[in-house]
Amino acid sequence: MSGPETGLAEIGSTGREAGCDESPGVARPDEPSPRRGRQRFVRLGRLRRDRLFVLLMLPGLGYFLVFHYAVLFGNVIAFKDYIPFDGFWGSAWVGVRNFTDLLGDPGFWHAARNTVEIAGLQLIFYFPAPLALALLLHSLTSNTLRRFVQSVVYLPHFMSWVIVVAMAQQMLGSAGLFNSALSGAGLHTVDIIGNPELFKPLTVLQVIWKDCGWGTIIFLAALTQVDDQLYEASAIDGAGPWRRFWHITLPSIRPIIILLLIMRIGEILSIGFEQILLQRTTVGPDAAEIIDTFVYYKGIVGGNFGFGAAAGLFKGVVGAILVYAANKISHRLGEQGVYK
Amino acid sequence: MSAVSGTRPRIRRPAKQVRPVWMEKPRKVTLAAKGAALAVIILLVLMPFLVVIATSLSSTESVVANGGWVVWPSDPSLQAYRQIFSGGIVTHALWVSIGVTVVGTAASMVCTVMLAYALARPKVFGGKPMLLLVLFTFLFPPGMIPTYLMVKNLGLLNNYAALIVPVLISVFNLVVLRGFFQSVPEELYEAARLDGAGNFRILVAVVLPLSKAALAMVSLFYAVTYWNSWFQASIYMNDDHWPLQQVLRTYVLSGGQIASSTGAGDAAMAAPQTIQMAVLVVATVPILLVYPFLQKYFAKGVLSGAIKS
Repeated sequence: MSGPETGLAEIGSTGREAGCDESPGVARPDEPSPRRGRQRFVRLGRLRRDRLFVLLMLPGLGYFLVFHYAVLFGNVIAFKDYIPFDGFWGSAWVGVRNFTDLLGDPGFWHAARNTVEIAGLQLIFYFPAPLALALLLHSLTSNTLRRFVQSVVYLPHFMSWVIVVAMAQQMLGSAGLFNSALSGAGLHTVDIIGNPELFKPLTVLQVIWKDCGWGTIIFLAALTQVDDQLYEASAIDGAGPWRRFWHITLPSIRPIIILLLIMRIGEILSIGFEQILLQRTTVGPDAAEIIDTFVYYKGIVGGNFGFGAAAGLFKGVVGAILVYAANKISHRLGEQGVYK
Repeated sequence: MSAVSGTRPRIRRPAKQVRPVWMEKPRKVTLAAKGAALAVIILLVLMPFLVVIATSLSSTESVVANGGWVVWPSDPSLQAYRQIFSGGIVTHALWVSIGVTVVGTAASMVCTVMLAYALARPKVFGGKPMLLLVLFTFLFPPGMIPTYLMVKNLGLLNNYAALIVPVLISVFNLVVLRGFFQSVPEELYEAARLDGAGNFRILVAVVLPLSKAALAMVSLFYAVTYWNSWFQASIYMNDDHWPLQQVLRTYVLSGGQIASSTGAGDAAMAAPQTIQMAVLVVATVPILLVYPFLQKYFAKGVLSGAIKS
């Protein structure tokens, strides 16, 4: 029975556990009731007992240390004049010059304005869409019909942005279905795809097509949590559908709405990088430069790594402050936030 | 059959929800409006798929005659597919995508399951700091430029590992799996331990079989992510190492020439439109194939349970 356990114990017994022998009274890992003895465990004892778990954590720990924390530390090149030949350590420090350059760059402020505009449009027009669709789905009394509609509207979420943008071009482009229908009806055709003026609304439409259905999941989960007895009691008291919606449904799902709103506000600066990068060449940087594409073009395409990293770091810090502030505000309003 | 008829009330499907008695009957107008709204929504979602598939299956002449698209192929032809599968860049990219998706999903699942299991058990040595370490990355993403430089300095440029290792563990998927592992009743752990099972054996013989639905869902999330990724490939890989989505991006969105790269002569060349749409379909079909399996788990409410946790 204890075959795998002993096998793993051998794998797990690296030099680190050698120190455990100094602490006597450490329970064997297969002691029948570990709970009783838990208080007596000293630190090394716990390491010995949990060596399997520690082993299981190591690949994940390595991943997060290398690709999150070391990379996060790599942001110090924002304070350097990074030259690939000189390397990470060899490049010269330039203090906050990259940041003063950044804040003096009208291109950056333009990108920031575009970002906020697109995010604002999405907040106004995209955010309520999944809620409305969820209410519609929730009101269906036939489970079969609801499941069918759900499986249809979830589907676009799994398409890549490349596919979504290609489909949008195919449907809304100058030779697409939409314009053929317009000209067929004797109306003016509208070039939606190549038009910088219409680019921002177009991105909102694309986001709605792709993610509106998927966004209903969380609202539907919240809606099914509402106690049916509340509805029943209020209906008996004479409340109509509208009053039940206003006084029971909405207050019940308010926490989740506020939670999602906070998350959207926190992500305001990192809207749809892939989506917008894909269309930037079609409509031009004037309409489609956002902070992330600015970072990409300055840093990776232009090779100005220090400057690009400064822009990215600036965005990251402002984003973190936004999340923190939004969370604080929601606590002040008596709502639960994303974290405590 | 007549003998069974006596039991009919019992075999009525309980899943079919009926209107609660207190709810008023909807007016005809409301019903009609709802039906219309649903029909429009379904049409808007499915129409692009229909047009793309139909165009890819059409012959050059009918697409050109119709101005670049068709809703129903009048003379179905597989010419576009034959051309892109004739051993050119699309075929190669398809294999790259399949390889990255399979290897990446396997690697991600192993690492995520291991970490999620360790983080799901109470009072594990180092568990608390590790959890904080993981959750903090949610708040502060490390940034595009330093990530690129890290991949470059690790010598991973133009190595397929660059498409997998930097996105090995998704914190969202990790949290979902951890939530499921935590929902396994503590009594089962105790019982397994009394039977002499160690922690690893408990994972393999108790926890994983109980979390099949979550494992299926999370691996499908990973697979879809790997299959759909193109940006990493565009900055880390040369064009002979591109996966399908990046090829699609270059030839369909940026209007590059694909016909010359397929190695086919221009005599029997299909309209670029049909070829573009065929590539698009090839990039879409795997997802359409796994989708019904995903669907099964959505219906079970697995996801909503996961998100709440």
